[in-house]
Amino acid sequence: MSFLDRSHTVAGPGFSRWLVPPAALCVHLCIGQAYAFSVFNLPMSKLLGITQSAPDDWKLTQLGWIFSIAIFFLGVSSAVFGRWVEEGGPRKAMFTAALCWAGGFFISAIGVYMHNLWLVYLGYGVLGGIALGIGYISPVSTLIKWFPDRPGMATGMAIMGFGGGAFIASPLSVWLMAKFSTATHIGVAETFIVLGVVYFFFMIVGSIIVRVPAPGWKPEGYTPPVVAQKLITKNDVFVYDALKTPQFWLIWAVLCLNVTAGIGVLGQASAMSQEMFPGHITPVAAAGFVGLMSLFNMGGRFFWASTSDYIGRRNTYFVFMVLGFFLYCAVPYTGSIGSVALFVICFLIIISMYGGGFATVPAYLKDMFGTRYVGAIHGLLLTAWSAAGIFGPVLVNYIREYQIAHGVPNAQAYNMTMYIMAGLLVVGFICNFMIEAVHHRFHMKPDHEAERAQAEVAAVSEPAGA
Amino acid sequence: MQQAQETSIGLKLVLAWAFVGIPLAWGVIQTLINAMKLFQ
Repeated sequence: MSFLDRSHTVAGPGFSRWLVPPAALCVHLCIGQAYAFSVFNLPMSKLLGITQSAPDDWKLTQLGWIFSIAIFFLGVSSAVFGRWVEEGGPRKAMFTAALCWAGGFFISAIGVYMHNLWLVYLGYGVLGGIALGIGYISPVSTLIKWFPDRPGMATGMAIMGFGGGAFIASPLSVWLMAKFSTATHIGVAETFIVLGVVYFFFMIVGSIIVRVPAPGWKPEGYTPPVVAQKLITKNDVFVYDALKTPQFWLIWAVLCLNVTAGIGVLGQASAMSQEMFPGHITPVAAAGFVGLMSLFNMGGRFFWASTSDYIGRRNTYFVFMVLGFFLYCAVPYTGSIGSVALFVICFLIIISMYGGGFATVPAYLKDMFGTRYVGAIHGLLLTAWSAAGIFGPVLVNYIREYQIAHGVPNAQAYNMTMYIMAGLLVVGFICNFMIEAVHHRFHMKPDHEAERAQAEVAAVSEPAGA
Repeated sequence: MQQAQETSIGLKLVLAWAFVGIPLAWGVIQTLINAMKLFQ
């Protein structure tokens, strides 16, 4: 299996760096399926009853755990395996992610066939979640090394794929289920098997294409800036030393707050639009609105990350926080004047910045901690996403319930939520404002890495308890 | 020789981008068709 090693993926002369973004997209478009998993929830709640849920069928609340477990393991695996991904190279990581992702689908298919929910939790939730974590971070540092002149655009392209994966998975899954379903059977298991095979093929193609640049490689005509920039380091920080810096935790907070604000409204957009504009936005129109939001979520990843190459990462997050603050505050006003158009515009910009937050953060980490361990540090930072996945929906749901319980009309029940989200962005602005260059004591010395490796080998060879 | 290498790289680029671009474009079009319901 040596062809998977980093040493076997070093690009030869004549290799075009523009082959690396499609390699990264091969992985991210596949694992982005996670955003479309909800299309299976209703069919999986009628596997025994077929036309309607039977008493022994799985409940929607039980099925909701599959996605939650997967997102939990995304955060855990990206944090735990980040250093392994960085040191093993992108091909090994992409190959492992492909095995886990396809394996997760196959185990889930067996679970559906045997009607054993624990197998689905294990398959899609645990194994699929590990694939999500490893796959998500696998191309990040490679792209940054290939595009030192435009790191934001490069990582934005890959992370855009994660947002776009649902566009393919959702209609494809619905079509496959229709093909495999009969009057007495719902074709979820067969759909899982086909998806597993297709995704495995795609991800393996990505792992074959991907290459790392040769040491010292630079794009033609590119000269690194001679004058040091205040917030762009030329040094590297070791992955676990990054955890000791305030910068890591400030960026963690900035990402968590930006995602909390976005994720909270993303899940509620359909219901919110219908309740704020009763009679104006129908359920069909609301579904269209959600689709449009997904497009802006994807497009924002590329747009904002590319913009950050020109205006800087910190300034990009300042735009997210300031513009987001005014837009969240404006949403209740759009409801009060009954302007659907303004409401839609506000939400589309907000959601583009939600996606942009994800896509800009790898380049922000590269600016702060250098390129050597940026993938592993990014993996650790993704725990902010897991945390936001809990905070966002909880905030929106509980505040809305509290408002309605205290007699606030449905149309105005989201106003307080919007103001709280705007408040979160103020905190995010302060955190972003406090970010400055990493202190030089955290920078890796030239021989630092070798010393550390020797110390680790020595520690492993010592007898237990020594 | 140089020209043959450039053609080969160009072909690889077209194939790689088509491999990911075509499914993505199909998905975006499907989503856009659904999104149009907002304006009907």
